[in-house]
Amino acid sequence: MNILIKNGRVIDPSQNIDGYKDVLIKGRKIQGLYTKGKAPDAGKIIDASNCIVIPGLVDMHTHLREPGFEYKETIKTGTMAAVKGGFTTVCCMPNTKPVNDTIAVTEFILERSLKEGSCSVYPIGAITISQKSEALTELEAMIKAGCIAFSDDGMPVTNSVMMRRALEYSKIFKVPIISHCEDLNLSEGGVMNEGFVSTIVGLQGIPKAAEETMVARDLSLCELTGGRLHIAHVSTEGSVKLIRNAKSRGINVTAETCPHYFSLTDEAVISYDTNLKVNPPIRTAHDVEAIKEGLKDGTIDVIATDHAPHHIDDKNKEFDAAAFGISGLETAFALSLHLVEQGTMDLNQLIMKISITPSKIMGINKGTLSIDADADITIINPENKFIVDPSKFASKGKNSPFNKWQLKGTVEKTVSMGKVFEWK
Amino acid sequence: MIKSKHLLGIKELSAKEIYHILDTASGFKDVLKRDIKKVPPLRGKSVVSLFFEPSTRTKTSFALAAKRLSADFVNFSVSTSSVIKGETIQDTALTIQSLGADFMIVRHASSGVPHLLSNILEMSVINAGDGANEHPTQALLDLFTILAHKKRIEGLTVSIIGDIAHSRVAKSNIYALTKLGANVRVICPPTLMPAEIEKLGVDVFHSTDKGVKNCDVVMTLRLQLERQSKGFLPSLEEYFNLYGLTSERLKLAKDDAIVMHPGPMNRGVEIESAVADGPQSVILEQVTNGIAVRMAVLYLLAGVKK
Amino acid sequence: MSKEILDSNDINRAIRRMAHEIIEKNKGTENLCLVGIQKGGVVLAGRLASQIESIEAGPIEVGALDITFYRDDLNTKEEQPVVKRTDVPFTITGKTVVLVDDVLFTGRSIRAAMDALTDFGRPAYIQLAVLIDRGHRELPIRADYAGKNIPTSFDDLVEVVLEEDNSKNRAVLISGQ
Ligand SMILES: [Zn+2]
Repeated sequence: MNILIKNGRVIDPSQNIDGYKDVLIKGRKIQGLYTKGKAPDAGKIIDASNCIVIPGLVDMHTHLREPGFEYKETIKTGTMAAVKGGFTTVCCMPNTKPVNDTIAVTEFILERSLKEGSCSVYPIGAITISQKSEALTELEAMIKAGCIAFSDDGMPVTNSVMMRRALEYSKIFKVPIISHCEDLNLSEGGVMNEGFVSTIVGLQGIPKAAEETMVARDLSLCELTGGRLHIAHVSTEGSVKLIRNAKSRGINVTAETCPHYFSLTDEAVISYDTNLKVNPPIRTAHDVEAIKEGLKDGTIDVIATDHAPHHIDDKNKEFDAAAFGISGLETAFALSLHLVEQGTMDLNQLIMKISITPSKIMGINKGTLSIDADADITIINPENKFIVDPSKFASKGKNSPFNKWQLKGTVEKTVSMGKVFEWK
Repeated sequence: MIKSKHLLGIKELSAKEIYHILDTASGFKDVLKRDIKKVPPLRGKSVVSLFFEPSTRTKTSFALAAKRLSADFVNFSVSTSSVIKGETIQDTALTIQSLGADFMIVRHASSGVPHLLSNILEMSVINAGDGANEHPTQALLDLFTILAHKKRIEGLTVSIIGDIAHSRVAKSNIYALTKLGANVRVICPPTLMPAEIEKLGVDVFHSTDKGVKNCDVVMTLRLQLERQSKGFLPSLEEYFNLYGLTSERLKLAKDDAIVMHPGPMNRGVEIESAVADGPQSVILEQVTNGIAVRMAVLYLLAGVKK
Repeated sequence: MSKEILDSNDINRAIRRMAHEIIEKNKGTENLCLVGIQKGGVVLAGRLASQIESIEAGPIEVGALDITFYRDDLNTKEEQPVVKRTDVPFTITGKTVVLVDDVLFTGRSIRAAMDALTDFGRPAYIQLAVLIDRGHRELPIRADYAGKNIPTSFDDLVEVVLEEDNSKNRAVLISGQ
């Protein structure tokens, strides 16, 4: 049955389109965009009045937790949370149990997501076996099985030689190496940003240098090897500067940040709310400004969620003992849309950073509404206000520091591979 | 008047509230001088201590304070209870509340635990030390002791020497002293100085000689001996050479300066015995005053409308 | 609505009479001491003492007693407790202690004062002197010496002003309605 999305403002920067058009979907593919009234009849009509119709969002940094931590999240609930948040594609990090360092795990994830998933799932393989920074995984085999990038996320690649080898070896396949930048010696014992607020609340800080020293190392290694480096979850002004400088020197690096790094400051931790505990930590107002500046001038290419769902028991603890992470899929777009409101970027740029560019970096055919592309479409009412209520999240992880926040921009419908998801 | 039924930290108190506690403590100090050192206002109330870190002295001080107010005091022993079997701290606290206790005196190695508990408990929570955050009753008894000798806080210069970064005693004293108008100096090696501490309105010194010059009060802090193995210090000897409070160094302070220490002391590490036992030392008085101050805290919190 | 119930002359007369009664009842001032209850009783105890001294010649010991810690209404009162000075710089054991307060009402303050007093020692006798007895007792307590009995309703307020400057002294009844 064909589906026609009518009366919406279609914005697709991949084709330089911004205007009122009707989108026709046939099966799992986009049939075409039509000027108003010119589309052929369809079996199902979706009225997108007052909405923007954009390429489905692509999250290149998601923790789906399955296999191994199904009590925190499953592929089923995680992808449900994704479509609820407007994401039609998620790239899932390998720090599961077992770690996604063999084709068996990759195949399991893909099988599971085909069977139970609501959106497209692309696995990210581990760089090193068991994420131990000791030996490389079999990149070729894992790529054949379906991995599209490699990362030891959750853990940094502590061994510099191993990182060098990864950046070198991955050049065969032109896949990105995604680096979680953290010097574990510098961050040891830390639970929040190191600064005035950590002094006030008496929690051990993680200095910005813990991130920046490894960003600097990886940029050097990227320059040395000519590899394809992507820096995950940039949180500090210093990292932004290092990446900006590297890009200006032509180094082949891309970078992402997450909504919490431009929406929150460490002052919130005065409440000791463990939902604010995330790694890297929420930084200062100064860093927030630098992150926004980095997004604006293109230093930061991508907004990713770093969706890290946790069971309430893992958060309902003393701050030191609580787990790191934020359940982010279902608030990411509205928090990002606020940047448009603030004038940090326009809608086009936002869609680039949260759909088109991550697709390009990951080398997947997503992030476009062009003819014959996958029918991945997100319909958003950008003016509609809502109150964040984690208890209503589709994700098992209710760990959101944005609880009770009023945000603007509701996901009205998500079309994933031609399948329509809607909520009321 | 006291606004909250919980005492989480000095941060949360106003100068007026601090003075009110200290005034009330003088009343209890008088009680403690009598033959019958007991008064009845908390009759029928019970006070439970929940200490996740060992501390005999603070616990004993609270126990005596409670008993002299005619309250019952029970220690919930963490090492023999279910806490070690993985019960959450919230469940432990709610259990104690269900047993009918009115006050919980809590100490924990993790900052924010008293705040966490105060959010879920009806009973009064008193912070007896949380991580590197605060130890409010210690600061109150320190203020009380200073007042007894100096008759004022405003305008005094107080030098705090030691592991400022890990010291909740230092933090609570910094808040308390600056709120009441004292000039506070913090003296320690840069490895033990917390980030951006100067924003709290204190003067930072790395030289002890310069830091104690002309001060009215010298407060030395206990150095956790494991700081050495963690690379904060090359050796305890070098720490003593640079930051130990010796008779020589004390001469740089005002002639009538008093010497304080929250205890327990590492003699020969942060303080020389001659100073600890010398005429300017008020260290044992601090301990005595601790009971009066904790009586005042328990008594006043009991009077806050629930 | 407030009305003066005693002026400064009335108060002086009452104090004089009570002083005589105390001396008479105790057959002198030997072994006698006065303890004023904070706050209103302290000044009154001082005034009574000087009156007694002027009649009998020879000093009489006077103390001040704060009963805040002995009150039974810590949790029920709207305002929070403010501790005042307790100063009993002499032994009370074996003595006749005259507790002094400005107004006798429910009797609860006196009960608290007796509890407090016995924590200082074991007096041979405790007697009670009040300037005004306004009734409404809730405990079996009565004054040995009362300056004046004044009928009131329970919600009324009785305020006694006692200062160094005698001319300003007065007692006022503020109607509860
Ligand atoms: Zn990460």
